[in-house]
Amino acid sequence: MKDQRKRGPKPPAAVGKTGHEWDGIEELNTPLPRWWLWLFYATIVWAIGYWVVYPAWPLVATYTHGVFNWHARSAVETALASLRTKRRPMMRRLGAASLQEIASTPELLDFARALGGRAFADNCAPCHGAGGGGARDYPNLTDDDWLWGGKLAQIQQTITHGVRSDDPKGHQGDMPAWGSTLKPVQISTVADYVRSLSGLSVEPGADLAAGKKIFAANCSPCHGPEGKGNQQIGSKNLTDDIWLYGSDKQTLVQTITNGSDDVMPAWGQKLDPVTIKALAVYVWSLGGGEK
Amino acid sequence: MSSPMPSHVSSATSLWHKHWLLERNSMLLLLAIVIVIAIGGLVEVVPLFYLRSTIETVSGMRPYTPLELLGRNIYVREGCYLCHSQMVRPLRDEVERYGHYSLAAESEYDHPFQWGSERTGPDLARVGGKYSDAWHRDHLRNPRSVVPGSIMPAFRWLFMTDLDYSHIAQHLRVQALLGVPYTKEMIAHALADVRAQDTSDVSGAAALAKRYPKALSRDFAGIPGRITEADALIAYLQMLGTLVDFKLYNDKANIR
Repeated sequence: MKDQRKRGPKPPAAVGKTGHEWDGIEELNTPLPRWWLWLFYATIVWAIGYWVVYPAWPLVATYTHGVFNWHARSAVETALASLRTKRRPMMRRLGAASLQEIASTPELLDFARALGGRAFADNCAPCHGAGGGGARDYPNLTDDDWLWGGKLAQIQQTITHGVRSDDPKGHQGDMPAWGSTLKPVQISTVADYVRSLSGLSVEPGADLAAGKKIFAANCSPCHGPEGKGNQQIGSKNLTDDIWLYGSDKQTLVQTITNGSDDVMPAWGQKLDPVTIKALAVYVWSLGGGEK
Repeated sequence: MSSPMPSHVSSATSLWHKHWLLERNSMLLLLAIVIVIAIGGLVEVVPLFYLRSTIETVSGMRPYTPLELLGRNIYVREGCYLCHSQMVRPLRDEVERYGHYSLAAESEYDHPFQWGSERTGPDLARVGGKYSDAWHRDHLRNPRSVVPGSIMPAFRWLFMTDLDYSHIAQHLRVQALLGVPYTKEMIAHALADVRAQDTSDVSGAAALAKRYPKALSRDFAGIPGRITEADALIAYLQMLGTLVDFKLYNDKANIR
């Protein structure tokens, strides 16, 4: 029993009192636990060590740099440099190879898909979806329906310079708002005609012949006489029942009335050319890439 | 008054005795606490105002345009900073994902800065120009329409609420008082600049871009003829992190 006593807290009589007294209530002078006290001393020693090796004290014009000479900026530069060194051999090969060579060399294709996949997740997925499946208003990149062309070089061009971006080399041209030119009834008629192009049902009594006339006079210069679109100017194919904004009559009327001028940023301003190359190969390989 | 000194306090001149005085006089203790905290604060804060390594001027920085400033107010009002940071830390993976790490100078005209401390959503320090205006519209109206896994709330009312910019000139004056270099000319044209930035008024946009280089002018929210809160917020988001040209920036210049 004696030994147990030694380990636990000492009885009040053994520790004495501080001498503080408030209305008869006195304060014990219990010492701090040993383990706590030693940890406290250890942190002081640690702090002194920290002052010596790391940046610590402000001086008049500068500060103590510490013997490690550590700096957040040089640290990140070093980390980025070592990353670049690791990637360099493959990045060089990717940079030197043509897009076709990358696509036909399995080793390069694997690397490009890995690099492009990461870049896609960071930069492209918010619009085009995590797997490139797109969303309403944002093109699906996994099918073979391309607005601006599905060949490797065309994809690279689109990613680098964007669409209606602030890059003068980006794809230009938009669909005008026909609401100021055509009457609502004409727009409704041509919307029915456009639906009929891909075999969708039209409203009873829709005058498709009149719609065809309106289409020929206003829409065909861009969408072509048959409505098959033109990748040179990014006009959509209206006959394949693939719809960017939706195929219902109301959406069509809205699109024709207000036009469309979707923007894709010019990624050449943000990403390096090799990453864009990898992105182009990645997007091309999602399923719809054209030879 | 203080009670007599306890027996274990050895002499009246010892350090213990002085501390005993503090413990017995609450006002004295309060004063001592203020002094100690002030020393700590001064040692930590004051050097930041004069150390060469903590002061960096970078080219490209300019005050916010009136519309961007109002957008920034909406950003603060809606508490965007609670989930979005504006601080790309100098860490490899952050630089890989978001772009160049943030510089202190990039928030020099922020009162208060929006660095944030939590990332429920992604960092926004370099979001400017990353997505189209249409994406921001869709995303603010209903985040799930473009990012299926998003837990961000929708901010539809921004598109229905007209922007109140009647006090923008006074607002700029207050910012100038805080040290933002708004000139008299900028303050005089503040109202007109709000309108010019939200339209495709070519002459107004040119004058605006002259006062505020790289300022983008267009109908951000896609609601012709109206200046809504969404216009201001998107104008702000689209310029975040775009002012400094990092092709010209020397990373090593400030390692000193």
